[in-house]
Amino acid sequence: MRRFQDKLAYGLGALCVGVAIVPLASILFEVVRNGVSALSPQFLTSPPGVFGQAGGGIANAIQGTAILLALASAMAVPFGLLSGVYLAEFGDNKCGRTVRFLNDVLTEFPSIVIGILVYSIIVLAMRGFSTIAGAVALAIIMLPIITRTTEESIKIVPSSIRDAAMALGIRRWRATISVVLSTARSGVITGILLAIARVSGETAPLLLTVLGSQFFFNGLNQPIAALPLTIYRDANLPYAFARQQGWGAALVLILMVLGLNIGVRLATRGRYNSLRSRV
Amino acid sequence: MTRTVEEKNSSARTRSLIRPFERLRHFSTDDFFEVFSTLFAAIVVVILALTAVVLTRGSIPALDTYGISFVFGSDWSAVAGREVYGALPYILGTLVTSTIAMGVGVPVSLGIAIFLAEMAPGSVRNPLSQLIEILAAVPSVIYGFWGLFVFRFWIVDLIEKPLSRDFGTIAVFQGTPFGLDILTAGLILAIMIIPTVSSISKEVMMAVPSSQREAAYSIGATRWEVVRIGVLNYSRSGIFGAAILGLGRAVGETMAVTMVIGNAIGPAAFPGSLFQSGQTLSSLIANEFGEANPGSLLLSSLIGLGLILFAFALIINVFAQLMVWKVLRVKGRVE
Amino acid sequence: MEDFKIQTQKLNAWFGNNHALKDISLGIRQNQVTAIIGPSGCGKSTLIRCLNRMHELVPGARSSGSVLLDGANIYSRGIDPVTVRRRVGMVFQKANPFPTMSVYDNVAAGLKLNGVRNPDTLDEAVKRSLEQAFLWDEVRDDLDNSGASLSGGQQQRLCIARALAVEPEAILMDEPCSALDPIATAKIEQLITNLKEKYTVVIVTHNMQQAARVSDVTAFLYLGQLIEYGGTTSLFENPKEELTERYLTGKFG
Repeated sequence: MRRFQDKLAYGLGALCVGVAIVPLASILFEVVRNGVSALSPQFLTSPPGVFGQAGGGIANAIQGTAILLALASAMAVPFGLLSGVYLAEFGDNKCGRTVRFLNDVLTEFPSIVIGILVYSIIVLAMRGFSTIAGAVALAIIMLPIITRTTEESIKIVPSSIRDAAMALGIRRWRATISVVLSTARSGVITGILLAIARVSGETAPLLLTVLGSQFFFNGLNQPIAALPLTIYRDANLPYAFARQQGWGAALVLILMVLGLNIGVRLATRGRYNSLRSRV
Repeated sequence: MTRTVEEKNSSARTRSLIRPFERLRHFSTDDFFEVFSTLFAAIVVVILALTAVVLTRGSIPALDTYGISFVFGSDWSAVAGREVYGALPYILGTLVTSTIAMGVGVPVSLGIAIFLAEMAPGSVRNPLSQLIEILAAVPSVIYGFWGLFVFRFWIVDLIEKPLSRDFGTIAVFQGTPFGLDILTAGLILAIMIIPTVSSISKEVMMAVPSSQREAAYSIGATRWEVVRIGVLNYSRSGIFGAAILGLGRAVGETMAVTMVIGNAIGPAAFPGSLFQSGQTLSSLIANEFGEANPGSLLLSSLIGLGLILFAFALIINVFAQLMVWKVLRVKGRVE
Repeated sequence: MEDFKIQTQKLNAWFGNNHALKDISLGIRQNQVTAIIGPSGCGKSTLIRCLNRMHELVPGARSSGSVLLDGANIYSRGIDPVTVRRRVGMVFQKANPFPTMSVYDNVAAGLKLNGVRNPDTLDEAVKRSLEQAFLWDEVRDDLDNSGASLSGGQQQRLCIARALAVEPEAILMDEPCSALDPIATAKIEQLITNLKEKYTVVIVTHNMQQAARVSDVTAFLYLGQLIEYGGTTSLFENPKEELTERYLTGKFG
C-alpha cells in the first residue's frame, strides 16, 4: 500500500509537470504554426496598411519596441547598476535591508499601476501620450531586476579578488568599480538581458503611456507603436487578417523574448541559477 | 645585482607618481561614493512613495464624490451628468479569478516542486526546471492571444460544455458557456503563476537540510513519506510564501485576463457563474483608460481602482516577501 | 639602536571576542627576509595583515598597539590606510589574478588605478616587475592572454609582479607557496632571495624548511604570542625556548 502511494505520488508529480508543459508546448506550437504564414519580407518591413484592410506589416512596431527598449535600458541600467553595487557593498545595515526589501516588492508589482504612475506624472504633464513616457514606465519595471541581479553577481565574486585589489593600495570604490564589477560582468549582463526580455512583452503600461501608433517613430513626445500593443489590438479586431497579423507579431515577439532567455541560459550554463528563477 | 640607471630612473618615475603618506581628508572619495550610491539606490523608495501619492491624489475626486459607495457600489456608467462608478464587481472579480488561479495553480505547482526537488533524477530535473522557467518568460499578451484563440476552446469543449450539460442548474455553472469568462481567466492565471510558485517552492524544499530527510529514511520511510514527513513540514512557511507571491502575481496580471474575461461592466460584472463574463480591477483599467479624459470623474475612478489594486498588491507582496525572505535568507539565497 | 623598516609595539588584534594577537613587539629590518612560523591558528596571517592594515577590512576585527613604518605609526589617526597599502604590498596564499584582465593589465592594475596613464611608463613598469618576478621570459609574447590562463605557479608569480609594480617598500607574503608544487615553490623561493636586495620581505609559512631556506630572521608564534625571535640559523639550531624546540622537532604542529 505504501509502495503504491509512493508510486502514485510520483505519477501525480509527473502529471503536474505535464500540466505545466502542455500549455507551453501549445503556445509555442500555435504561435509558430499560425505566425509563420504571416511572416514575409513585406510584413517585417512595412507599417500597417489602411485600417480595415489586409496588407501592411509590423515594421513600425518592431522599430517602436526597439526604441523603447533602448531608451528604457539607458535609464534603468545606470540606476540599477549603482543600486546593486550599493546593496552589495554597503547593504548590510538597516537602510540597505529596507532598500533591498522594497526593491523586491517593486519587482513583483502590477505593471498597470506603474502605467498609472507614469501616466499621472508624465502623460498629463506633457498633455499627450509619448515615447518617453513609455520608456520611463519600462525603465521602472526593469530597475529592480537589474538591481537585484547586479547585487547577487557582485556577491559571488570571491573576497580574495577584492583583497588583492585593496592590497595594491587602491581606494575601495575604485576597487569595486574597476575590479569587482568587471569580474562580475557576465552576471550583470545576464541580468540586464533578462530584464530586457521581461519588459519587451509588457503591454499594460504601454497602453497607458504610448497609446500605440500606425506610423514609425515620430519624436520622443509622440505616441509610438510597439509589438505587444499590436498583438493586443489585433486580437480585438474582427478581421481574419488582423488575427493573422497578430500571430505573426506574436511570433516575432516570442522569438525575441525566448531567444534572449534561452541564449542567456546557454551562455551562463548553471552559474546563475538563483538569478534566473527570480526574474 | 645592481640596478641599472634605467631601472633606477624608471622606478623613481613610478614612485614619484604615487604620492607618499597623505593626510587623511575628513571626507574621502570612498565616503562620497557611499553617499552617491545610496542616493541612487533610494530611487526605489522614491518610486513606491510617489506611486502612493499619485494614486491617492488622483482618486480623491472620485472618493469625494462617491465616498464609501465607490468601494461598495456596483454601477458603472459614464453617461455625462449621471456618472456613477463603483468598484465592487471588479474587486470581487479580482478575488474570484485569483482564487481560481490559486486553487488550481498552487496544488499543481506543489506537485511540480515535489517532483523536481525530491523525486526526479538530476538529469531530468534541470531541463524540466528550465522548461518551466521558460513558461514564465512568455509575455502576458501572448498568453492572452493564445487564450483567446486556442485555450478558450479547450476549456469550452473539455470543461464548460460537459459541466453545463450535467450541472447547468447549479448557480456556479449557469449560463451558456462560450469561453470568455471568469473560469477561463482564472485558469490562464493559474498557468501563469505556476512557474513562480513552483520554482520558489522547489528552492525552499531543496534548502531543507539533508539531515531531515535522512532522519525520515532511517525509520524506513518511502520516498513520498520522506517528503511528507521530512520536507513539507519544514518548508511550510516558505511554500506558503511562494503561494502568496503567486497570489500577488495573479492579482496584478492584466493583459491575459483582459483578453479572455469577456469584459462585463457594472452590475453585470458581478461574479455569479463561472461561465459568465467578468472583469477584474486591472482589466477594467486597461479597457477603460483610453476613454478617460484628463480631469474627468471616470479617470479619477479608474485611478481609484488603481489605488485599490495598489493596496492589495502592496499588502500581498510585502507579506509574501516577508515569508519567503525569512526562509530563504536564513538558508542562503545565492547558490 | 637599530633602525627597523617595520616595527610592531604591543600589537594586539581581535576578531570579535577572539583575541588573536597578544602584545606582539618585534622589529623587521630592511632588506632582509623575515619568516613567521608557527602551528595553524597561531595568528601568523593575522599578524602580517596588521602590517598593511588589511586586518581591519574584516567585519568585527579590531586592533590596538602600533605598527611603525620608517618610524611613523601607520595606525595613527591622520593616516590613510590606502597609502599604507601602496607602500607595503601583499601576496596571498592562493594566487588571485584578476580574472577578467590580461597578464599585462593585471600587472599594470595597481598603477592604472592610481592614475598612471603614460603607456611608456606602464610598459616599463610591467616589464620590470615581471622580470623581478622571474616571469618575464615565460610571458613576454603572451602579455595579452588572460591572467587566469597561466599555471598555478605562474599565476602566483604574476601576483608577485602585480604587487611589485607599484614599487612598494616592503612585501608581505602569506603562505605564498602552500598551494604550489615543489618546482614552482623553488622558483618562488629563489625570487624571494633576490627580492630582498631592493625590498623588505616578510613571509608567513607553515613549512619550517622553507623558512630555514629563505629567511634571515625568523619569528615563532604560538597561540597569538611571540615566543621567540632571532636569526634563522641560530633559532633553528639552538632554539632558546622549549616551545620553539618542540615545534621545530615536530612534537606538535
